[in-house]
Amino acid sequence: MSFFKKLKEKFTDQSDSVSEKFKQGLTKTRDSFAGRVNDLVARYRKVDEDFFEELEEILIQADVGFGTVIELIDELKTEVKRRNISDTKEVQSVISEKLVEIYQGDDGADSELNIQEDGPTVILFVGVNGVGKTTTIGKMAHKFKSEGKSVILAAGDTFRAGAIEQLEVWGSRVGVEVIKQAEGSDPAAVMFDAIQSAKARKADILICDTAGRLQNKVNLMKELEKVKRVIEREIPGAPHEVLLVLDATTGQNALIQAKTFKEATNVSGIVLTKLDGTAKGGIVLAIRNELSIPVKFVGLGEQMDDLQEFDAEKYVYGLFANLVEVEED
Amino acid sequence: MAFEGLADRLQGTMQKIRGKGKVNEADVKEMMRDVRLALLEADVNFKVVKDFVKRVNERAVGQEVLKSLTPGQQVIKVVKEELTELMGGEQSKIAASSRPPTVIMMVGLQGAGKTTTTGKLANLLRKKYNRKPVLVAADIYRPAAIKQLETLGNQLSMPVFSLGDQVSPVEIARQAIEKAKEEHNDYVLIDTAGRLHVDENLMGELKNIKELTKPDEIFLVVDAMTGQDAVNVAQSFNEQLGLTGVVLTKLDGDTRGGAALSIRAVTDTPIKFVGMGEKLDAIEAFHPERMASRILGMGDVLTLIEKAQANVDEEKAKELEKKMRTATFTFDDFLDQLGQVRNMGPLDDIIKMLPGANKIKGIDNMSIDEKQIGHVEAIIRSMNKHEKENPEIINAGRRKRIAKGSGTSIQEVNRLLKQFDEMKKMMKQVTNMQKGKKKGGMKFPFM
Repeated sequence: MSFFKKLKEKFTDQSDSVSEKFKQGLTKTRDSFAGRVNDLVARYRKVDEDFFEELEEILIQADVGFGTVIELIDELKTEVKRRNISDTKEVQSVISEKLVEIYQGDDGADSELNIQEDGPTVILFVGVNGVGKTTTIGKMAHKFKSEGKSVILAAGDTFRAGAIEQLEVWGSRVGVEVIKQAEGSDPAAVMFDAIQSAKARKADILICDTAGRLQNKVNLMKELEKVKRVIEREIPGAPHEVLLVLDATTGQNALIQAKTFKEATNVSGIVLTKLDGTAKGGIVLAIRNELSIPVKFVGLGEQMDDLQEFDAEKYVYGLFANLVEVEED
Repeated sequence: MAFEGLADRLQGTMQKIRGKGKVNEADVKEMMRDVRLALLEADVNFKVVKDFVKRVNERAVGQEVLKSLTPGQQVIKVVKEELTELMGGEQSKIAASSRPPTVIMMVGLQGAGKTTTTGKLANLLRKKYNRKPVLVAADIYRPAAIKQLETLGNQLSMPVFSLGDQVSPVEIARQAIEKAKEEHNDYVLIDTAGRLHVDENLMGELKNIKELTKPDEIFLVVDAMTGQDAVNVAQSFNEQLGLTGVVLTKLDGDTRGGAALSIRAVTDTPIKFVGMGEKLDAIEAFHPERMASRILGMGDVLTLIEKAQANVDEEKAKELEKKMRTATFTFDDFLDQLGQVRNMGPLDDIIKMLPGANKIKGIDNMSIDEKQIGHVEAIIRSMNKHEKENPEIINAGRRKRIAKGSGTSIQEVNRLLKQFDEMKKMMKQVTNMQKGKKKGGMKFPFM
């Protein structure tokens, strides 16, 4: 089918390292996921109920939320009927078409960052504990710095032991300033300071770290709302981006995380981290589908340049690279 | 978006079946589908679910359910029993080497909570077992990981062994044990760097540490929110290192925690502890039965009871019971009770532990206004002693005064008085019913 060819062509021309990185980072994901789809297709000659049931299982194992899986399978069934497909090999392409469709979404949500022409662009990072907020901030600071922008980091995680130092290490690694106060101080006050510095120094980008918090801790979520309010008050229109960092290994709870953080801080995008393991992060599909929050970046490793802009087609290409090769035979 | 628990799911199926008198195998199959969905939504690994459902199905069809008059409840019972059994008994013991120091290695993925858990375990060892642990900073990769452990050590006033981030973790571990022997520390807790289970180099490093230190315990620290991948992670760490236990972290969140079941099923390693918060004493023994309820979305009644027991004064409770029986319950008692409930923690958390609470619409978004309770307290405190004991004397003038004194409105005072009155009536009814029951008289339609 032409779909894979199109994808393939698109990426073979593009010998840039980004595609390669995506492919490498997703090797584990692809091997298991695509491998299993292949296996499935090989075992079933005919598209029948059993085939769909197994496909359903594969998707569930990729942490795609159950509701989304059911929806996807239903759409597939309709599509298969409509096109009168009985050969499992053909279904393969329909599967990936549908996946790309969901990832891209038709909700108009943009995966580009909202960067301001003049005045500091404020990016607020939020998420539960241990998802990789600080590391992602370090990587993102590096990205902006290498684009020639001036960056300031705000050490808003005043709670966790060593969090401020962790951001400072990233600051000196990347070569950007970190605005901080003592451990235990009010994070909103840190943000206030950081905004004043960003204005005074005419910085292009201000990236705000916050302490990890579980979404069911009402008080901590209120604190986060306050942090956001302070930013809003000091710079109208800010924060220009509120990025929710999600760990790719997280299961169904990620959906509740996205929902609750969206309610509290109006999340504008997701950074999906730790995608270099065997986890698939399939829950972003459900999040996109149910909450219309796009993935904007993915973390594919621990190096400074392991943060990549999310591209639905590349992502699916990464997932299905094996299938593209199969298609050629 | 709160996920439906098993009980809610089964309810739907049961409604379809009801009226048939007896269930047949097809009905059981349908119920098994509910079981499967409930477990999958709780993040139990797909393969584990498959095996599990097969087992439950055998038991169900075997007869227990088919013959039962309440098949839905019977299914839940069977599922819960099987789940609890699968998760093993309570095993929160920590090994003690006959030749100290006892060495404990903490391993896991990035961000699972190893460093915090290391601090909590050390705290537990000292508090509960009277041990003298030393913390070892062997995470030389993540920026400021050493600093984090040192800060925790400071908070606990406990020694932290560190050689900076330029010495290999294996060497750090070696020297730490030497030092522990000199300083007579009987436990050595090695905090290793987070790593992916597929990272061969870093997994090799852990093997080297293991070979050299011959640890008595290797604990895998796992985030309770982990999805389907928990199986791969646990299996890989177990195969390469031979785990002795698992610590499940961030269980104070609202995840169902199906990962617990997956991990247990594939590694056959006991889950020993659970992390329940960010404070250094927020570590508890793992209770399989509670976890089973949680995974099934059935509320955590036992933890609730435990919390109540820990916070409610026995004597006072007895006194209160007497007062309720004799209907001499006053506003002072009410205030007392309010205080005790509040001691148990934020009301939101308490309500969420109630079974069926997630069925109530909007409960996941609800936050109880603690201020409201503050108002109630203020109103009661603005009453004089006579009024508290005999609320019926509170007339319009008194109401006005109380409202003013508590900074509330007359309407609020009225509402409270009315509620209090209703509460008293209800107590009377309940106690009457209990009296009736003792005589064997009364029976309710739902009993």
